[in-house]
Amino acid sequence: MSTTARDLVPPESRAPSGAQAKGVKSGKVRRLSKRDKVVLSLMVGIPTLIQLVFVWLPTLMSIALSFMRWNGLALTDIRPAGLGNYQYISQDYPPFWPAMQHNLLWLAFLALVATPLGLLLAVLLDQQIRGSKIYQSIFFAPVMLSLALVGIIWQLFYQRDNGLLNFLLGTSGTPQAVDWFGDSSVNIWAALIAATWRHAGYVMLLYLAGLKGVDPSLKEAAAIDGANAVQTFFRVVFPAMRPINIVIVVITIIESLRAFDVVYVINRGTNGLELISALVIQNLVGEGQVIGVGSALAVVLLVISLVPIVFYLSRTFGKENKA
Amino acid sequence: MSTTATRAGLPTAEQHRSGSRPKRHYGTHIFLTAMAVMWLIPLGWALLTALRPIASTNEHGYFSVAGDFNFDNFVQAWTQGGIAKYFWNSVIISVPAVLLVLFLSSMMAFAVSRVSWKFNVTLLIMFTAGNLLPPQVLAAPLFEMAKHFEVPYAFSDSGNMLNTYIVVIAVNTAFQMGFCTFVLSNYMKALSQDLTEAALVDGAGIWRQYREIIMPLCRPAFAALGTLEVIFIYNDYFWPLIFIQSGDRLPVTTAINNLQGEFLNDYNLLAAGAVITVIPTLIVYLLLQRQFVAGLTLGSSKG
Repeated sequence: MSTTARDLVPPESRAPSGAQAKGVKSGKVRRLSKRDKVVLSLMVGIPTLIQLVFVWLPTLMSIALSFMRWNGLALTDIRPAGLGNYQYISQDYPPFWPAMQHNLLWLAFLALVATPLGLLLAVLLDQQIRGSKIYQSIFFAPVMLSLALVGIIWQLFYQRDNGLLNFLLGTSGTPQAVDWFGDSSVNIWAALIAATWRHAGYVMLLYLAGLKGVDPSLKEAAAIDGANAVQTFFRVVFPAMRPINIVIVVITIIESLRAFDVVYVINRGTNGLELISALVIQNLVGEGQVIGVGSALAVVLLVISLVPIVFYLSRTFGKENKA
Repeated sequence: MSTTATRAGLPTAEQHRSGSRPKRHYGTHIFLTAMAVMWLIPLGWALLTALRPIASTNEHGYFSVAGDFNFDNFVQAWTQGGIAKYFWNSVIISVPAVLLVLFLSSMMAFAVSRVSWKFNVTLLIMFTAGNLLPPQVLAAPLFEMAKHFEVPYAFSDSGNMLNTYIVVIAVNTAFQMGFCTFVLSNYMKALSQDLTEAALVDGAGIWRQYREIIMPLCRPAFAALGTLEVIFIYNDYFWPLIFIQSGDRLPVTTAINNLQGEFLNDYNLLAAGAVITVIPTLIVYLLLQRQFVAGLTLGSSKG
């Protein structure tokens, strides 16, 4: 299925495997009637217009506003600010660097803990094991929940006085009881566990699909060559899942940049839970409405996000994706 | 085990059947069961808290199963928290948004996958990239656009597009369209070109090819994407947070956050509210899990 992306290049330039039908159409002598052209331009035009107005125009405006000073009231109040907003966030805005660190930590945790855990679950459940479907349903359940709800459910678990965790640790009601979401020295880790709860199930699901797609003869061949299960997995199966691996890498990076709901539900992304995404919104809805500062933060987020996005798009749509 | 295995030709077969296999699976089962229990604890804890009246938890503590179990908290959260209204708001937002997303992206996908045209790849890249952006990047300009887009007060009591469902629906539609267009265009590309060629010979125009040939064939993809999008949009916390200011217009996912303030210190009520909002997703999960999973993997296996 992953080859379908390659059909974007003209059929003459390559030989699609067993797709004779596509060879036939290569003449491109399809003549469209006038009516067809109108219909087609509407079919393309309306979605494209919506996409441009609600996604790309705001993206460009974010970039423009990041060089402006504005309180969000009258449009005539917009004043140029040069690089002032960037200078401000990097030098005089205390939560900025903690937020950058937290985003990095978020990425590292998802990449080193949550994603490998999801992969491990997928590998274990891919064996013919009794009750595999039940396990899958359990691990997958949190994926159906909104991140906001994940925050609330874990809030009940993490509370200082009546949360389950403090009961289990025997600290409930004692001065040692920890407010896991409130204590700024631990709450980022508590939030990361909650995020992992959801992310691992998602990764598991994608890898289960990926593992099913791996040609079983590869494994047999490896076994005949005397490879053990671990070697077979890392040398044969895992590399064979390359398309899925790329998707997982991209999802993991993007999820860690998009992380917002959990921390916003807990405390609006303050007091140890600063994230770039939350700071953007704080500057937008806060009292001062410092649109320029919020936009500069949004642009920082945008620039970082473009790295995985461009990587993914070039893998997916790049003409040399065979290399 | 290994000492007996050295004796004869039996070992490989025997090892397979009784030796290594079950042993390995024991460990796997222990690990998986432990993980599964850990996975269920937060949900189980919320459910336990929700089922116990606050009188019981006050008397016996939260970490206990003593006292009564009933649905009083659910009833109270439902009436006092106004959850019925929030649910209705969720319906008002997600139903049109999902239908629009599927309709618009199917047209777009049809155009870029079934008709060869110069900008096919460019447009598809634009749509896919748009879906991958963090929504916070667009939030400030979209908010200001909505605020400065003035409409008659008869249409919106804020005098602009803020606080209306339309803007939430529109932004959700635009944002989700990229993903659906990407998935559907891959799906349509995999359909044989002969189908539309034959229709073309019969004189069918573009719209009929789309409507009568490609659309019916895409039903499985629509089922999967539709399920996925219902969950995505139902679960969307962010856009209503940005655009909707009066609390009674919020959809349930965004509104439950307010319950935290409303049910201050009554964790039983809060838990009940949380559990109630899980129910629609749970229903979808039980009835349409296969569609949901298909939708998620459909999007990823095309990388």
